[in-house]
Amino acid sequence: MTDTSTLQYTAEHEWVLVEGSIATVGITAYAAEKLGDVVFVELPEVGSTVTGGTVVGEIESTKSVGELFAPVNGTVTATNDQVIESPELVNSDPFGAGWLIKVEFEALPTLLTFAEYSALIGE
Amino acid sequence: MTQAFAQRHIGTDDDSQSHMLTILGYESVDDLVSAAMPASIHADLFRQDGDSALPPAATENEAVAELRALAGRNTVKRSMIGQGYYDTFTPAVIKRNVFENPSWYTAYTPYQPEISQGRLEALINFQTMIADLTGLTTANASMLDESTAVVEGMLLALRASKSGSRRFIVDADAFSQTHALLTNRAAALGIELAPVALTEQTTADDLGDYFGIFVQYPSGSGRIWNPQNVIDLAHEHKALAVVAADLLALTLLKSPGDLGADVAVGTSQRFGVPMGFGGPHAGYMAVRKGLERQLPGRLVGVSVDAAGHPAYRLALQVREQHIRRDKATSNICTAQVLLAVMAGMYAVYHGPEGLKKIATRVHERAGALVAALRAIDVDVRSDAFFDTIQINVPAGADEVVAKAAASGYNLHQIDANTISVSVDETTTLADLSYIVGAFGGRDAFGHVDFDAVQHGLPGDLDRESEFLTHPVFNTHRSETSMMRYLKRLADYDYALDRGMIPLGSCTMKLNAASEMEAVSWPEFAGIHPFAPKADVEGYLHLVRQLETWLTDVTGYDSVSLQPNAGSQGELAGLLAIRGYHQSNGESARTVCLIPSSAHGTNAASAALAGMRVVVVACDELGNVDLADLHAKIAEHAADLAALMITYPSTHGVYEHEVATICAAVHDAGGQVYVDGANLNALLGFARYGDFGGDVSHLNLHKTFCIPHGGGGPGVGPVAAKAHLAAFLPGHPLAQSDEHYLLGSGGATANVVHAGGPVSAAPYGSPSILPISWAYVRMMGIDGLKQATGAAVLAANYVAKRLENSYPLLYSGENGLVAHECILDLRPLTAATGVTVDDVAKRLVDYGFHSPTMSFPVAGTLMVEPTESEDLGEIDRFCDAMIAIKAEADAVAAGRWPADDNPLHNAPHTAQSVIEGEWEHPYDRATAVYPLASLVRNKYWPPVRRIDNAYGDRNLVCACPPPEAFE
Repeated sequence: MTDTSTLQYTAEHEWVLVEGSIATVGITAYAAEKLGDVVFVELPEVGSTVTGGTVVGEIESTKSVGELFAPVNGTVTATNDQVIESPELVNSDPFGAGWLIKVEFEALPTLLTFAEYSALIGE
Repeated sequence: MTQAFAQRHIGTDDDSQSHMLTILGYESVDDLVSAAMPASIHADLFRQDGDSALPPAATENEAVAELRALAGRNTVKRSMIGQGYYDTFTPAVIKRNVFENPSWYTAYTPYQPEISQGRLEALINFQTMIADLTGLTTANASMLDESTAVVEGMLLALRASKSGSRRFIVDADAFSQTHALLTNRAAALGIELAPVALTEQTTADDLGDYFGIFVQYPSGSGRIWNPQNVIDLAHEHKALAVVAADLLALTLLKSPGDLGADVAVGTSQRFGVPMGFGGPHAGYMAVRKGLERQLPGRLVGVSVDAAGHPAYRLALQVREQHIRRDKATSNICTAQVLLAVMAGMYAVYHGPEGLKKIATRVHERAGALVAALRAIDVDVRSDAFFDTIQINVPAGADEVVAKAAASGYNLHQIDANTISVSVDETTTLADLSYIVGAFGGRDAFGHVDFDAVQHGLPGDLDRESEFLTHPVFNTHRSETSMMRYLKRLADYDYALDRGMIPLGSCTMKLNAASEMEAVSWPEFAGIHPFAPKADVEGYLHLVRQLETWLTDVTGYDSVSLQPNAGSQGELAGLLAIRGYHQSNGESARTVCLIPSSAHGTNAASAALAGMRVVVVACDELGNVDLADLHAKIAEHAADLAALMITYPSTHGVYEHEVATICAAVHDAGGQVYVDGANLNALLGFARYGDFGGDVSHLNLHKTFCIPHGGGGPGVGPVAAKAHLAAFLPGHPLAQSDEHYLLGSGGATANVVHAGGPVSAAPYGSPSILPISWAYVRMMGIDGLKQATGAAVLAANYVAKRLENSYPLLYSGENGLVAHECILDLRPLTAATGVTVDDVAKRLVDYGFHSPTMSFPVAGTLMVEPTESEDLGEIDRFCDAMIAIKAEADAVAAGRWPADDNPLHNAPHTAQSVIEGEWEHPYDRATAVYPLASLVRNKYWPPVRRIDNAYGDRNLVCACPPPEAFE
């Protein structure tokens, strides 16, 4: 079970786990619940360069579509194949098996703390 | 004594209306509407009583007699014109049980899948038929017409190709209407079109850089050639290959999928759907695996219901414009469901062998014609052909065409020397003898020898892959079996012939039988869209009258009936605005302001008209935020093209400031597009053109009684002020390019609609225009006004009766709504856990179709009773809603658990209450007979609640094997 209080967050309802120069990115439980049943996930190609704040993928549910923003500048080092096979992982385990991409970055921008994000979603 | 039609059309009589008015506290319907609608837009301010150009209301018999007279002015010749439209035999069992059956034509788009399994199955038959014949993986539930489908194929290729080019190669030998549509649509999007005479010898150097290539197969001139090489070249170039294919020819020819095509498009018209002077017909599109999410339009898929049984529903809806707005795969919302159902059933009835037999006979007749013409030394150019041949008659084409016409046959004249003849399912040898006669080859006894047949199918393209192997296409050979299959499917569905469909924003009013009468008459159904002008005098007169009447009731100056759907009317209107700005040297005006409350189609259409969407905020009352509007106008003063605004708003409210909003846009040099989706709340009381609209589309399938057909056809005329009239859609093959224009002082004038076409046929879907014609003719201006009043009264009455159960989300002046009301279920959901879905599905147990769910606001239901429902039905609905609220309260009070109660488990099938032990905390009668009146009048849903996510995660869009249902 991921300790969500140790993660960093974005205003686009994504979480970021920083380990060395690698950021693992997913969407928060709050976002997953708002989206509803996720049925399709489109992720950037491994090796592609991403720019923080831009759209790099899509998360589709039966009733709406969410955009995946890159939280940092960097290079995609891995994408979660399991979530492409079983998009429902985004709903069932958003902070764990439902992770989406790993990005290697040089500089980390200022992200939201757990407390700041909790305040943002009113919890 | 014949009763006035208005009294048949309007459900509430004087007594009912006075009862409803008393509850609302108004003296008269006029008082109510005056209190709800801002005085500044009232038609009385702009014109006198009696100014209307509409004739006084006719009775039903009189209107039908007038239509008979108009029909008599059309001349039905045997059409050999081809060009994508072919005569066909509509099997009588399909005509009577589908085309003329309100169970099929009065249903809505299958958004509530549990009560739409019949037409969903019929559509999945259609999709399976298209996928099989084209040899591709996934077909959608139909397109508006073939040429529009080609345009959508081009746009799909642009999205999916990784080439980076904006150049599209077009087969020079394609139908001319398709060339015209591509030209018009590509121009708005900055796509460069490159017509190339494609052949088996085409090389990469001939093609240059491109993202997609379009091939017509067989070609526009009827020539069959092998496009394999061209398709391979496209793939080597990372481009997509789009192939328009003739479905009947595909029963004999190698499929586009087998040739490697990425996308196949076309029309299913010749599968039993009358030509109807151009439409409506079901176009089609199919794609190879991997492109499913790029498909435009509706897609039916298989999922499971709560009991794990297979069930159909619309799949991958997030592709569509109501969710993705300007990023959608297309602006098209509707399909051509009724016509797709007919074409699919034609294949069900004939089966693969029957279709092959029809195709073979068509081909042999064409071959017999070639041989007979060659026997008299006529220069037939065609060697490889399916049904269409080209003939060279040096300087003699005029004479041959005239001779054929005198014998009752229309040929297709290409130029002074060239004629094309298309053979179809209905062509007899006697017909061919007259054709040969026109070329001088009939002897004095009228005899022609047809013993020889010239074979025209090249051996390298023989079809080898099987098609229509599913049992549904191999079972219903007898008429008894077919009739019962159609009845079984119709019985699955909830249409207007069962009860009220209170769908907000959809206007599910009566489609009167007398309005439908003329649609299947041969004088309207049997006419080719490119028939000579002299043959279609009646049609042109009907078109002209309808143009005149629609201008009159909307306050505009000219109307084009060409757009085949509301979305296409929007596009045509925005393209007119674009053309107008360009003609004034203001090409930079490309920003389209759209309120956040707008239907997603507005944004999708603006994107396709080459405009940039800027969203205007709404205030807490749901109205356009004036401060934000002024700020956005100021910000885009130099590049403002238009504002799109819906009136009454998508929230079902007469916005007070609409005239001010229009004026602000005009002051900044912009044009005002008023979305006519909600015109049913205005007709007779106010006109868009009076209070600031420059252009609007109307939905004839809402306001003017064309039935929804289960999700199409639609007709979306575009109406405009005089300064935009010249930019309305024209058509290169139109019999007449002159249209009605309201001249100064009310005089009648003419205008040439000189914009590019948005539909394959010059007048869109003319065969269903008699429906709207009859409605206006029988209502007159007074009847239309009474209908509006009754619709507004009904909506306010529902809001009032339900106010203690479900709060009204938005209202306008004096707390009143327009023709629909939004019930806010969010407080109920917060208090009880009962969702909009639960209420919608529970309504099925009570015998109702749900109101519109979560549009335009999530967590709400929007109710539009229309003028056609009587007080008894409206009260029955309100009673059901109140009873459901009590059930939700019981859940909140803990009487029933949140995950096991009549709402959560709705809808209840017969099987679910009969089979096994009953283990729920409520009894069986509560489940299926919550009201005693249901015992004798029960609609049984065939499936339980459907799992949408399962179907989207496991996409299957073709008929499941019969074992799946065991």
